[in-house]
Amino acid sequence: MGRIQLKSVTKSFGDIQVIPPLDLTIEDGEFAVFVGPSGCGKSTLLRMIAGLEDLTSGDIEIDGEIATEVPPAQRGLAMVFQSYALYPHMTVRKNIGFPLRMAKMAQAEIDQRVETAAKSLNLMDYLDRKPADLSGGQRQRVAIGRAIVREPAAFLFDEPLSNLDAALRVGMRLEIGELHERLKTTMIYVTHDQVEAMTMANKIVVLRAGVIEQVGSPLELYHKPRNEFVAGFIGSPKMNLVKGSEAEKHEAATIGIRPEHTDVSMTDGAWKGRVGVAEHLGSDTFIHVHDTGLADMLTVRVNGDISVKHGDTIYLTPQADQIHKFDAQGMRI
Amino acid sequence: MAIVAKPSKFAKYGRPTLAWVVGLLFFFPIFWMVVTSFKTDADAVKPEHLIWFTPTLENYLNMTENYDYWRFAGNSVITAVFATVFTLFVGIPCAYAMAFNPSRATKDVLMWMLSTKMLPAAAVLYPMTFITKSAGLFDTHFLIIMVLSLINMPIVIWMLFTYFKEIPKDIIEAGQMDGVSTWGEIKEILIPLAWGGIASTALLCFIFCWNEAYWTVRLTTTDAATLSKLIEGNRAPEGLFFGRLSAVSAAAVGPIVVLGWFCQKQLVQGLTFGAVK
Ligand SMILES: Nc1ncnc2c1ncn2[C@@H]1O[C@H](COP(=O)(O)OP(=O)(O)OP(=O)(O)O)[C@@H](O)[C@H]1O
Ligand SMILES: [Mg+2]
Repeated sequence: MGRIQLKSVTKSFGDIQVIPPLDLTIEDGEFAVFVGPSGCGKSTLLRMIAGLEDLTSGDIEIDGEIATEVPPAQRGLAMVFQSYALYPHMTVRKNIGFPLRMAKMAQAEIDQRVETAAKSLNLMDYLDRKPADLSGGQRQRVAIGRAIVREPAAFLFDEPLSNLDAALRVGMRLEIGELHERLKTTMIYVTHDQVEAMTMANKIVVLRAGVIEQVGSPLELYHKPRNEFVAGFIGSPKMNLVKGSEAEKHEAATIGIRPEHTDVSMTDGAWKGRVGVAEHLGSDTFIHVHDTGLADMLTVRVNGDISVKHGDTIYLTPQADQIHKFDAQGMRI
Repeated sequence: MAIVAKPSKFAKYGRPTLAWVVGLLFFFPIFWMVVTSFKTDADAVKPEHLIWFTPTLENYLNMTENYDYWRFAGNSVITAVFATVFTLFVGIPCAYAMAFNPSRATKDVLMWMLSTKMLPAAAVLYPMTFITKSAGLFDTHFLIIMVLSLINMPIVIWMLFTYFKEIPKDIIEAGQMDGVSTWGEIKEILIPLAWGGIASTALLCFIFCWNEAYWTVRLTTTDAATLSKLIEGNRAPEGLFFGRLSAVSAAAVGPIVVLGWFCQKQLVQGLTFGAVK
């Protein structure tokens, strides 16, 4: 079981309040992802759940029991750190078995559990190595191994993949996803990465300056962002935001249109502009359009085979049913 | 031809020369002390016997026969070992707490500890003498062990604090998540990771304890007297017995020089750890 509830939780460092009162429930078995700009309090929130950081006020409940004063180890949660945080003086085997040894489990059972975990993480060949002799991906797998042997009520991940190169990141992302499918254990995952958030989460929590801007499934956030901030934060490339008379036509203070929801023509359309940079990714092309008179720059995402170049005149037409409307306070209409 | 940095002339010749000069300069007094210890007291002050003399073991024999060298040496070992162990026993948890759970006061506490070293020992000599005498602690091993521990505590805690600071906090936190107790954290994680630093701190502390003279000379008479006291006792006012004095001194520093020699790699590594990393 692993239902985690935050009730009016706040956190201040000295006089600075980084988390104003915050409520959040993460259901058992959910894969929750915290996203938000750097410094918005994602790690702080995760560490408070872990028990590594004291709450200034409020309560944390795990499976209905108040855990606010419970020390980290007794909460039954396992954490995977960005820096891996392996014990450098122990072999992989010892690292993975460490929490079990601390739980005073019999050596035979420890060995057996370590083997099972190592098998599932492809670490059998490295059991007698020290962390220093492993690659980044292997180290992160050891850290995950150390977490799963404990059979925790929930896993906490703080940007676990951000020290890995892009290819490895994709592989590990899938592995963690599969792990969740297999174990069905609650996972809370902090990331900067759009793709990780969108692909892994059942529930995304978007934070800004310690405040929850929106909670929802990836597609809810994509299709129905509650406000301009979420609209701009979820989706890549970012949603184009247009103010002024063009927005007034839709009876809104601001309208938003995603780059992939804009049709492009070289001959005619709603908005005329000039091509700045065209980024050819192969499958897609991102065109940055200037001089539309609507915003500094609009980005559109089109088929990869389009041939446009710097300076070309281009016409854009937003798909009418994909326009997001926001009021003067930035809230969705 | 690729362009590569060339070592300067100084780096190539000057630096080694300088290193040798400094090394020999430091070594010379010890060397001279050992040489003199094999001269008779009479020979030791005669210029014609500066280099050429008939070596004798008289001084050393005299020392073990008349002064009970082994009792003094035994006291030195006991006090230095127990003081070092006690200092680390208190210092490690203390430095651990300050390195990993700092509060607003941590910096001030560290400075305050260091500031106790600024107090001239002479200023508290009389109070110390009277208090220890009236408490019945004068000339006891317990007193000397406590005094040695306390005067070395600040520097030991400072050194340990610096070594512990090098350990990533994440690893300690991972330990907390994995369920180690505070003592377990120190035993399972901190000590193995900071082993080099702890060892060189212990070594340095031991050397300081061994060589300490101000208090060991003044707060002991016989029972807890260390080798420092033995040397002091040979500084006879009626004449200069350089041969005898040298032999006693050589026998007093001998063990620690040998220890230092075997541990020099450890010491250098430990003391430059922060700089290299
Ligand atoms: N120990 C601390 N003392 C003082 N302020 C802190 C401390 N830890 C974090 N903060 C502040 O709290 C805020 C939130 O920090 P946090 O590390 O939670 O951000 P984050 O969302 O994880 O950022 P990032 O994405 O860069 O990791 C930041 O403004 C940070 O400066
Ligand atoms: Mg963070």
